Amino acid sequence: MGPSAASAHRGIAAGHAAAPRLQGTTADARWLEWLFIGVSWAFLALVLLVPLGAVFCEALREGLRAYFDAFDDPYAWSAIRLTLFTAAIAVPANVVFGLAASWAIAKFEFRGKTVLITLIDLPFAVAPVVSGLIYVLLFGMTGWFGPWLASHDIQIIFAAPGVVLATIFVTFPLVARELIPLMQEQGTDEEEAAASLGAGGWQTFRRVTLPNIKWALMYGVILCNARAMGEFGAVSVVSGHLRGKTHTMPLHVESLYNEYNFVAAFAVASLLAMLAVATLAVKTAVQWRMQRELQDSAEP
Amino acid sequence: MFRRTASTSARALPGFGLTLGYTVLYLSLIVLLPLSALLLRAGGLGWDQFWETVTHPRVVASYRLTFGTSLAAATINAVFGLVVAWTLVRLRFPGRRLLDALIDLPFAMPTAVSGIALAAVYSPHGWLGQVLEPLGVKVVYTPIGIMLALTLIGLPFVVRTLQPAIADLERETEEAAASLGASRWQTHRRVIFPSILPALMTGFALALARAIGEYGSVIFVSSNLPMKTEIASLLIVSKLDQYDVGGATAIAVMMLFISFGMLLVINGLQRLASRRYREAL
Repeated sequence: MGPSAASAHRGIAAGHAAAPRLQGTTADARWLEWLFIGVSWAFLALVLLVPLGAVFCEALREGLRAYFDAFDDPYAWSAIRLTLFTAAIAVPANVVFGLAASWAIAKFEFRGKTVLITLIDLPFAVAPVVSGLIYVLLFGMTGWFGPWLASHDIQIIFAAPGVVLATIFVTFPLVARELIPLMQEQGTDEEEAAASLGAGGWQTFRRVTLPNIKWALMYGVILCNARAMGEFGAVSVVSGHLRGKTHTMPLHVESLYNEYNFVAAFAVASLLAMLAVATLAVKTAVQWRMQRELQDSAEP
Repeated sequence: MFRRTASTSARALPGFGLTLGYTVLYLSLIVLLPLSALLLRAGGLGWDQFWETVTHPRVVASYRLTFGTSLAAATINAVFGLVVAWTLVRLRFPGRRLLDALIDLPFAMPTAVSGIALAAVYSPHGWLGQVLEPLGVKVVYTPIGIMLALTLIGLPFVVRTLQPAIADLERETEEAAASLGASRWQTHRRVIFPSILPALMTGFALALARAIGEYGSVIFVSSNLPMKTEIASLLIVSKLDQYDVGGATAIAVMMLFISFGMLLVINGLQRLASRRYREAL
């Protein structure tokens, strides 16, 4: 097909806006459409939906009592506590960072900005176990700060601080990544107007910027939280697998599974799966909300 | 390094020094310092020891398995991701929004849950495993299981990068092709496919990168046997369990280099594809 013919045709089509569409030329056969829909659902069912359903079936295989018995276990509770504790530190830490980074990047021009944005994404490029390994190299017994920490009786690796640090690393870009493009798009006009009316920096941020980014921020927080609670590889490396001390929920699932304690393993896994489904539901709701607000603001 | 370039008006917003300073400090402490520890530690090993570690047959076997299953999984995702993305953008059917929302589930699901879920379904006693077993297909504890786990965790990447590319396609171009006598298949192959190829390759690269590093879901569906079903991440963990920090570091750095090199190649191919597409227009 010659390019000139294509552009000529486009010109004609533009000239006659009401020209009828060529029937059937840009649509596929009906049976082909149904094949596409069928293949899409079948693919998703085989790799995702059936396995997800199996988690709940296996967890309830021996009835509700056995299911709840899985949580009548101090190790399960200590894993849940550590998971919540980790997320309660990692998420706010990355939110503060995400807000600071997106403010600096979106509201100001400076040299090295692209480098900075690339560096923020760096943790995504690092494999989970390597994310754990780098903290072992810093704080482990043979690590840079290992001897100093040991002489001061501070333990980071094989203890809760290591779990928290590895989790912060793995979820590092999630909030910043949601905020930076949005704030870059919004520009600085509204903030400059507020500043010219005498608003202070903090006031401008709280009254002008925050309402503009609240949905994207929430989106980032939910994703960050889900990843923080579900991280496995990085946490596994720094935890040292001390039951009741450094086991998070995903690690607890693994140890139960390796002990052939299947009902309990699937019960704890089902709790994490529910977290994932809830995350998805909130995320989808927020996404629709964002789209609607975007459409509303586009229409005068 | 980070110096402000544009000197904005007198009404410039406050907080530049504070926010940028905090960003750089936090980035350095959490990301840059630990990552430089990895490179320095590997550098300190000395070339001979490094090379001996990374060329050990068990290590080479783990690389081959990791990159082989990752490539296979990314390819499966490229094929089916294309079908799913096309279906979501172009077709209207009941349940479309649900299907669209479900695509993100592997992002939100803890990898341990993905692994344990696949193990339950595809083990010889599982729902689908007992169907496949008489056919001679063993999934769990074999490389097929690893491939399946990597397919699951890479599923969103291809779909999510393709969706905007397909939405941006101009129907007029397709109409033009059709009006010039192209069959629907020719339109697909000569017009539509070349224009979404760069996005497809980006999605492929993202899924591949994610698969190479994956650990949590794989260890549940693999028998984790050295030389057979041991992925590189697992080998790093077992080196650490034996207090061989140097060995673990060497394998990790080698893995970083190989995947970095692969991404460079794919990026180059992608640039080539988009340039050829632009020239064709």
